[in-house]
Amino acid sequence: MAKKLGPLDIYRYLPKTNCRECGEKTCMAFASQLIERDVKLEDCPQLMKPDFAEKFHHLKEMLAPGVKEVTIGTGDAIVKIGGEEVIFRHELKYFNQTALALGVHDELEADALLKRVRYVNDFKFKRIGEELTLDLIAIRSVSGDPERFAQCASKVSAETGKPLVLCSYDPKVLEAALKVVGGKRPLIYAATKDTWKEVGKLARKYRCPVVAFADDMSELKSVASALRSMGIEDIVLDPGSNVKNLSSVLGKFVLARRAAILKDDKDLGFPLLGIPAATSAENGLEKTLKEVMIAATMMDKYADLLVLHTQEIWALLPLITLRQNLYTDPRKPVAVDPGLRSIGKPTKSSPVLLTTNFALTYYTVVSDLESAGIACYLLVIDTDGLGVQASIAGGQLDASKVKDAIKRVRLGEKVKHRKIVIPGYSARISGDLELQSGWKALVGPMDSSGIKEFIEKKWSS
Amino acid sequence: MKFDLTKLDELLKGAEELELENVDMSVGELELALSAMVSAAKRAEYRDLSFEALLMDFPGRVAEVELGATKANGGTRKNVVRVGGEKTLPFYNFEAQNPYRPVIAYDVFDMKVHLAGPVRKHFEEVLEDPAEWAKLCVKYGADLVTVHLISTDPTLKDTSAREAAKTVEDVLQAVKVPIIIGGSGNPEKDPEVLEKAAEVAEGERCVISSASLNLDYKRVARACMKHGHVVLSWTQLDINDQRTLNKHLLGLGMKKEDLIMDPTTAALGYGLEYSFSIMERIRLAALKGDGDLQMPVSSGTTNAWGAREAWMDAREWGDREKRGPLWEAVTALTLCLAGSDLFMMMSPTAVGLFKDTVESLSRPREVEPLDIGNWISMR
Ligand code: SF4
Repeated sequence: MAKKLGPLDIYRYLPKTNCRECGEKTCMAFASQLIERDVKLEDCPQLMKPDFAEKFHHLKEMLAPGVKEVTIGTGDAIVKIGGEEVIFRHELKYFNQTALALGVHDELEADALLKRVRYVNDFKFKRIGEELTLDLIAIRSVSGDPERFAQCASKVSAETGKPLVLCSYDPKVLEAALKVVGGKRPLIYAATKDTWKEVGKLARKYRCPVVAFADDMSELKSVASALRSMGIEDIVLDPGSNVKNLSSVLGKFVLARRAAILKDDKDLGFPLLGIPAATSAENGLEKTLKEVMIAATMMDKYADLLVLHTQEIWALLPLITLRQNLYTDPRKPVAVDPGLRSIGKPTKSSPVLLTTNFALTYYTVVSDLESAGIACYLLVIDTDGLGVQASIAGGQLDASKVKDAIKRVRLGEKVKHRKIVIPGYSARISGDLELQSGWKALVGPMDSSGIKEFIEKKWSS
Repeated sequence: MKFDLTKLDELLKGAEELELENVDMSVGELELALSAMVSAAKRAEYRDLSFEALLMDFPGRVAEVELGATKANGGTRKNVVRVGGEKTLPFYNFEAQNPYRPVIAYDVFDMKVHLAGPVRKHFEEVLEDPAEWAKLCVKYGADLVTVHLISTDPTLKDTSAREAAKTVEDVLQAVKVPIIIGGSGNPEKDPEVLEKAAEVAEGERCVISSASLNLDYKRVARACMKHGHVVLSWTQLDINDQRTLNKHLLGLGMKKEDLIMDPTTAALGYGLEYSFSIMERIRLAALKGDGDLQMPVSSGTTNAWGAREAWMDAREWGDREKRGPLWEAVTALTLCLAGSDLFMMMSPTAVGLFKDTVESLSRPREVEPLDIGNWISMR
C-alpha cells in the first residue's frame, strides 16, 4: 500500500449489498475491517463470484502490503515473514514477527549437528500466555562440497519439522541439497549479481523462496528485479550484514523498508534478512554478547528473518522477549478489567492478593498463581493500566482506592479473615491501608515469582 | 469458482516452457503459477538499476540542552554534557547527522538499597556513601551521575530537605561531572526536597527530577528557573499527558532548552513496547514541528532490573551475570533507537555493551567492502 487507504477507497469496489454474509453489518464496516486486516477479501462470498473477479483482483492489489508476505516450509511447519505495511508500529501494527533461524553447517560432527537441531526443535519458552520458539534451521556449506552439503541437509531434514534455509553462493551446492529437501520449500540463500539466473532457475524448479543478496542497494534492487523478470515473487532481501558497521546496516534496512512502503518499489517490497551470526570476535563470550546487540538492533529496525549462531539461553531470552514486545498489537488495551478474580477454587479461608490492572502485571501474577497451584482471590485495582511501581509513584495505587475496591467487591463476604497480601513494591501504602480499611496488609514479595514461598511461609487464615 | 479457459489459452500463448507436474492446486494458485510462467516467457534479464534513496527533510528540530555548568558559566563542573539537537531519527546517518551521542547517567542512592546481584557486585563497598558511590560511577565512565534522595520518603527515613541537600553538596564536591537530582517520588514531600536541593546546587545547571502532573510542579519549576537548573518533565506512558505538562512548564516561562522529558521506561518484557512507541511518536512529532514535544528524552533504563529475567538466579534461564546486563543493554538500545537521548543506568557491563553498539551505529557509512563468503564458510 503506497498511500494510506480509507474505507471509502475500498467500499467503491465492494458489492454494496449489505447482505451481511461476511458477518459485518454493512459493506462499509467490512471495508474498515479490511484496512485493519481483521478480515480477508475471501470472507465476502459475493466478491468471490465470477462477476466480481475484476474488482476482486483490483482490491487484492490495492490491499497488498508494501512488503510481500513470504512463506518458507510446507504443511504445518510453515513460517511466514514480511506482510508488513507500516513504517512505525503505532501506525497499525507489525504483522509477522521476526523469524529466528539457528545456524548449523556441513562440517559439524554428527552428534553436534543433531544436538543443535534438537535444540531448535525443543526450544519452547512460555511468556505471558504465549509460547516463544525458534523457527528455522540455516544450513551453511562450509565444505563447499555439494555431496556433503546434500547429506547434511538430508540429515537435518530427517530430524526436524522446522523449515530450512540452505546457504551457499555456489548454485551446484544448492542444487545438490534441493534434490533432497527441495520438496520442503526451504529458503534458498542466495542469488547474487553473478548467480541470479542459475539460482533463480532452482527457485522456480523447486518452487522455493529465494534470497537476493548484494552489499549495495542498487545492486540489490537489480538482483531482485532480475529474479522477478524470471517470474519469481517469493524473494527475501539481504542488503549485507556488515556487522562491524551497524550504521550502514541500519541505513540499508530503513531505506529498503521506506522504498517498499512509501514508494511502492516492487523490487524492494520483500522481507529483510539480517545475519547477526556473522559477528566476528576472537573471544567467545564477547562475540555472543555482541551478537545479541546486533540482533536486537536489526529486530528494532525491520529485520523479518535473522540467522543466529548463539544457542546460549541467556542470549536468546532477551531476543525472543524483545520480539514478543515489538510484535504485540499496539491496538490491544494496556489494561484489564478491575475487580475480583478467583484463581482455582478459593474458600472462605483462602488468601486474598492484590495487583494492578496493567495487563502485563495481571497476566504475570495470574500465571504465577496458577503454576504455583494456589487457590485464592485476586483483587485487581484500577490503576489506569499502570504497573505496581509506576502506579505507586504516580499515585494511581493508594490506600483509599484499595479500600473502595474492597467494599465494591464485597470482599468481606467472600472470606472470613481480614487480611490482604499486597505487592512488595506497594509496601509504602500498607500503614494507610490498614488504617483506612481495617484489613491487615501483608507486604508480599517484590516479584510475584516469590508468591508461592510467601504464602507457604507467611499465610495463615 | 469458475475458471475462464479462454483466458488460460491466452495466458499460455508464447510461453516457452510449461512444467505442470503437480496440478494439485487451487485455482488461485494455478493462476499465480501460470502468470509466473508467462512472465518467465518474457525475457529474463539483469539490468543495472539505480536505487534512489527516499530521504526525509524534517522541518522540526529537537532543542539542544546543556547540562552542567563550568567555571565560565558560574558552576564548578569540569565539563558540560549536551543532548538533543536531532534533525532526524536516531542513527539515520544517511540523511542527516544528529549532533550528539546518547549519554549515560549512573544511579546513586542516598541510602542502602536492594540491588540485583550482577549490579551490586560493582558497588558493594560504597552502598552507604553516596559521594564515594558517585566517584566510583565516574571511574566506570559515567557522563552524569544521578543522586536519588529516596531516604526523604516519609515512609522510609523521612530525611529532611535540609539534610538531603547536604548529600547533594557532598556529591557535587566528590565528582566534577554534571549531576541529576532525584526526589523520592513522594508527591507531598518532593517539591520541598527538590527546591532545597536546587538552592544549594545553584549555578551548577543540574537536572531536577522531576516535575509531574501529580505534584506541585510549579514550585519545582520555579526553583529551577531561579537557581539555573534543567527540569525533568515526567509523565507515565501517555503522550497527551506529556504534551500537557510540557505546555504548562513552557507556560511558566521555561524554555525548551531548559527541559528534558521522561515519558517512563517500561522494561524489556514488561511493556517496553509502550515506551518504544511513545518515544517514537514523541520524536516524530518533534521532527514534524510540534514545539511542545521538542525536548530531549530521558529513559529510566534501570527499570530493566525490575524484570525477573534480569535479576533472578534461575538455572533454566542461563547465567544471570550475562543475562541481567543484556536485559538492561537491550532495553537501552531499543529505546535509543526510538529516540531517547539520556539513559539512567546501573550495570557497567550493560553500559559497555550499549556504548559499543552506539559506536558501531555512529560510524561513517563508507567502509571496507564486506567479505560475502565469510559468514557461510565460518567454522
Ligand atoms: S458479504 Fe460482501 S456484500 Fe455482503 S455485506 Fe459483507 S462485504 Fe457487503
